[in-house]
Amino acid sequence: MARTLITMPSKARRGELIEIRCLIGHVMETGYRRSDDGQLMPRDLIRAFRCEYGGAVVFSVELHAAVAANPLIAFWLRAADSGPLRFTWEGDRGFAQTEVLDLRVT
Amino acid sequence: MRGLLLLLLWTAPVLATQAADPRRSGFETMSPALQAMQRDDALNPAMLWVKEGQVLWSQWACARCHASMAGVAARYPAFDAALKRPITLAQRIQQCRRQHQSSELAPESEALLSVTAFIALQSRGQPTTPPDDPRLQPYLSSGQALFQRRIGQLNLSCAQCHDERAGQRLSGSVIPQGHATGYPLYRLEWQGLGSLARRLRNCAIGVRAQAWAWDAQELVDLELYLARRGSGLALDAPAVRP
Repeated sequence: MARTLITMPSKARRGELIEIRCLIGHVMETGYRRSDDGQLMPRDLIRAFRCEYGGAVVFSVELHAAVAANPLIAFWLRAADSGPLRFTWEGDRGFAQTEVLDLRVT
Repeated sequence: MRGLLLLLLWTAPVLATQAADPRRSGFETMSPALQAMQRDDALNPAMLWVKEGQVLWSQWACARCHASMAGVAARYPAFDAALKRPITLAQRIQQCRRQHQSSELAPESEALLSVTAFIALQSRGQPTTPPDDPRLQPYLSSGQALFQRRIGQLNLSCAQCHDERAGQRLSGSVIPQGHATGYPLYRLEWQGLGSLARRLRNCAIGVRAQAWAWDAQELVDLELYLARRGSGLALDAPAVRP
């Protein structure tokens, strides 16, 4: 289980733009570095991130080797209906992390 | 003319306080972008460790003995009566785990850093208040001597950079005054959280000296001296540094 920190308002007015910030603890090993004993360190990256809301993917990102460790992804979303926001990170070595947060729209 | 006078009146108190205390924490000398990253907990990656520390705090049932940890990080290193020597906050946590929960925490382990960060956060904004304990005096003097002793192939002392050349540049980076207000901190170069001991070992390697062992008394003495040197400066742990 990776550590995540998601910052977003728990409620919003209909049509309001809200900012969502998603931070996750991950080494983001590029696969190009060598360890102290000269061995190539296997690539370990988060490859994709997406946010689902109201039955559709509303935001998605592809991540590559130049992204720093513990990547922060921030984006804006227009609040439509009350419901869960589903955040998914997927990566090498079968890495998968899902967080679900509720948004109440008034 | 009148405008100039007003301007002088307005800046005078600011200038006066700067003259009173020339000490600046590393926060004040880093770039505005990094300052913004540290100010906002939603951007500060160190908060990932704080969250983990909070989980461990309840898992280990620390709250059964310790009600509040506010201000605790501000007074370490402190003298330990049983060991008859000063110990750092991280060593205090290791000791607590060993004595009361018969479990070892490796120095600089993720668990130890996480709990230290969780405790340090509770002293954020409070002034560094090193204990006024006469038993600390010999260790403090030893720390001060270490700070001023030239070491390594480059033959440099801590003081030559952080006292004499603070504010100047080493390659592209501004040399800070070396006040340890933000530890454990997230260093972009490390891509992770690290303790003051790690930073001190890094500096030793930087001047091509033999780095001290993780549990070396020299590191504690240096931390003790640094706390005294930065006494009164506000803690900003867990900080972000370049």
